[in-house]
Amino acid sequence: MTNQNTISRESDLSGGEYKWGFVTDVETDLAPKGLSEDIVRLISAKKEEPEWLLDYRLKAYAHWVELEKNDAEPTWAMIDYPGIDYQDIYYYAAPKGTNEAPKSLDDVDPEMLETFEKLGIPLQERAALAGVAVDAVFDSVSVATTMEKQLGELGIIFCSFSEAVKKHPELIKKYLGSIVPYTDNFFAALNAAVFSDGSFAYIPPGVKCPIELMTYFRINTEGSGQFERTLIVADKGSYVSYLEGCTAPFRKTSQLHAATVELVALDDAEIKYSTIQNWFPGTKEGEGGVYNFVTKRGRADKNAKISWTQVETGSAITWKYPSVILKGDNSVGEFFSVALANNHQQADTGTKMIHIGKNTKSTIVSKGISAGKGNNTYRGQVQIMPGAENAVNHTQCDSLLVGDECGAHTVPYIEVRNPTARLEHEASTSKVSDDQLFYLMARGLSEEEAHHMIITGWSRDVIKELPFEFALEASQLLKVSLEGAVG
Amino acid sequence: MLEINNLHASVVDIEDSQILNGIDLKIGKGEVHAIMGPNGSGKSTLANVLMGRPDYEVTDGDVTFDNESILELRADQRAHLGMFLAFQYPAEIPGVRPWQFLKAALDSKAEARGEEKMSVRNFSKLFDEKVEAVGINPTLVKRSLNEGFSGGEKKRNEMLQLEVLQPSLAILDETDSGLDVDALRIVAEGVNSMRSPERSFIVVTHYQRLLNYIEPDVVHILVKGKIVKTGGPELALEVEKDGYKEYLDAAAAGANA
Repeated sequence: MTNQNTISRESDLSGGEYKWGFVTDVETDLAPKGLSEDIVRLISAKKEEPEWLLDYRLKAYAHWVELEKNDAEPTWAMIDYPGIDYQDIYYYAAPKGTNEAPKSLDDVDPEMLETFEKLGIPLQERAALAGVAVDAVFDSVSVATTMEKQLGELGIIFCSFSEAVKKHPELIKKYLGSIVPYTDNFFAALNAAVFSDGSFAYIPPGVKCPIELMTYFRINTEGSGQFERTLIVADKGSYVSYLEGCTAPFRKTSQLHAATVELVALDDAEIKYSTIQNWFPGTKEGEGGVYNFVTKRGRADKNAKISWTQVETGSAITWKYPSVILKGDNSVGEFFSVALANNHQQADTGTKMIHIGKNTKSTIVSKGISAGKGNNTYRGQVQIMPGAENAVNHTQCDSLLVGDECGAHTVPYIEVRNPTARLEHEASTSKVSDDQLFYLMARGLSEEEAHHMIITGWSRDVIKELPFEFALEASQLLKVSLEGAVG
Repeated sequence: MLEINNLHASVVDIEDSQILNGIDLKIGKGEVHAIMGPNGSGKSTLANVLMGRPDYEVTDGDVTFDNESILELRADQRAHLGMFLAFQYPAEIPGVRPWQFLKAALDSKAEARGEEKMSVRNFSKLFDEKVEAVGINPTLVKRSLNEGFSGGEKKRNEMLQLEVLQPSLAILDETDSGLDVDALRIVAEGVNSMRSPERSFIVVTHYQRLLNYIEPDVVHILVKGKIVKTGGPELALEVEKDGYKEYLDAAAAGANA
């Protein structure tokens, strides 16, 4: 089966209203549609994986088949989409080379360059993001090489998941599936069976990673595929800040995305994980768009801290609950989120904080913006286990409505099994008021500027948690994503 | 500078809601006009209609600013021309700092007028100076715009914006309401220091006491959406003594006639 012929196809996911919608005529090597044990073997063979990893994938696949048979695709989320035909999807695609790519920024769609300008993307990154052939992107590559050397001297490992499987199999073997087992849920099982690629990071004991890990690497993550697998291990007393995604266009050639991210923060370590997600949200009329089903979870050991920050503006459907298992005593979990649903987008997102250790502390700040016919749901679970003496949680979920055809929903689950716990839950729903708009406009701001100022101000508690250089981009992203929703 | 002719206005989408019933007013460059009137006379409506608040609709008449009709212009466009409204109830905007807001307002105005934007450095300097001049607690301006401000602090913040934006026509909508004497004096001092042959003011107020500090050139009495009497500063003192009863009675008699 491994020598199966691959076929080519042209794909185009861009829509008229998608501001970074450049036509993606990416030629790819594809395995035939559909999922079977053979396809799983093919993926593993193409990636030259060791036997143990193939076994892992096959077990996950067998589990997924069981789930599929029993209709175990989750349906509890407040999202509405036509059933997914899992046999109508390509599970393997390899980038075919750079022959078709633009040779320089001069060949890139001017509208896309304008978007970069609007978002304030640094000049040296624009070429790479626009898909210009890599050897033309001299600056960023040399920067990357310098950085790689610097990280290497500190003993930090940062590479693609596939590379890590080859070079650091002991680490992958130890931690893969340790936080999100393939039995966790339907999409986690699917991902474990067919994951394409993703990132791996390991920070040695006591090392503070001196850079935001994605600030230069984000340009290399393109093409990591629809079933991303990311694993970050922060060894004792280490620190790392990782940024995934970016405001700029990502080439996504398929509709279903099911990623899994696992974070391991050993004793006294800290992981700060920031996401900006801006995939194709579908057309204004609600056609197409990416289905984004993600499982993200971290484990915080003694005195460790895991902090998730996300700005989610893209995808037709977002199903995503970055969570923290507060296993060690005194561990800390944080979740800061801005999710925007415009036009026909649907977002069901939130977090789970599972308090196991003593004196564990979690903070949840969720901001949902609904516009157009968008629907935004916060779904969060705070669980205090019997041994979690003196656990503390503070939850704040705020919803903002723009227009009168959108919806905002809040679904908090709270489970307390230790009487010493202290939990607070605050929630609010508000609209951009005419008074606010007129006030700002009377000072000279246009209606769009006024909306933008009100909305980013309202989101500030979350945006300020982002690494500084991305905070501005995120704010611009909210503005561009809401274009057309106001005025 | 500003000319109002036969201005009629009502609340959008509400029948028989006419509030302004034919206002005529001419304000020359450098003049300070006070508009006084009892509650419900349409003072605040006039101030808001002049600035282009979308809740009101002009059903007749015209308003010109520097000889151009402004009725078709949005509030931001009117601001770019040099108009300013100090709000009676300034809106609270969570997460937006006064500094950021004022810089954006100044930038929008500069851009619309084809002028150069002020550098961050120069703006910061100007901002700090004006904060001190207006007497706002400096920790307040590090917070969200108007959020958790007391009534007096909100009004001072309006004065701060007036000082920074330097409009050519400033409309003060009951800026004196909710102010203690000290705050009132500071507001008045701000206005007085900004009086110039190039800048006009419309001071809308219920009480005469603000006019002890800001001496108007002309005083108008507004009753039931019409200006019923115009005079000098002495008119304000008369009202202080006798109240609005005389005018209300006359208006009622007129309506019954």
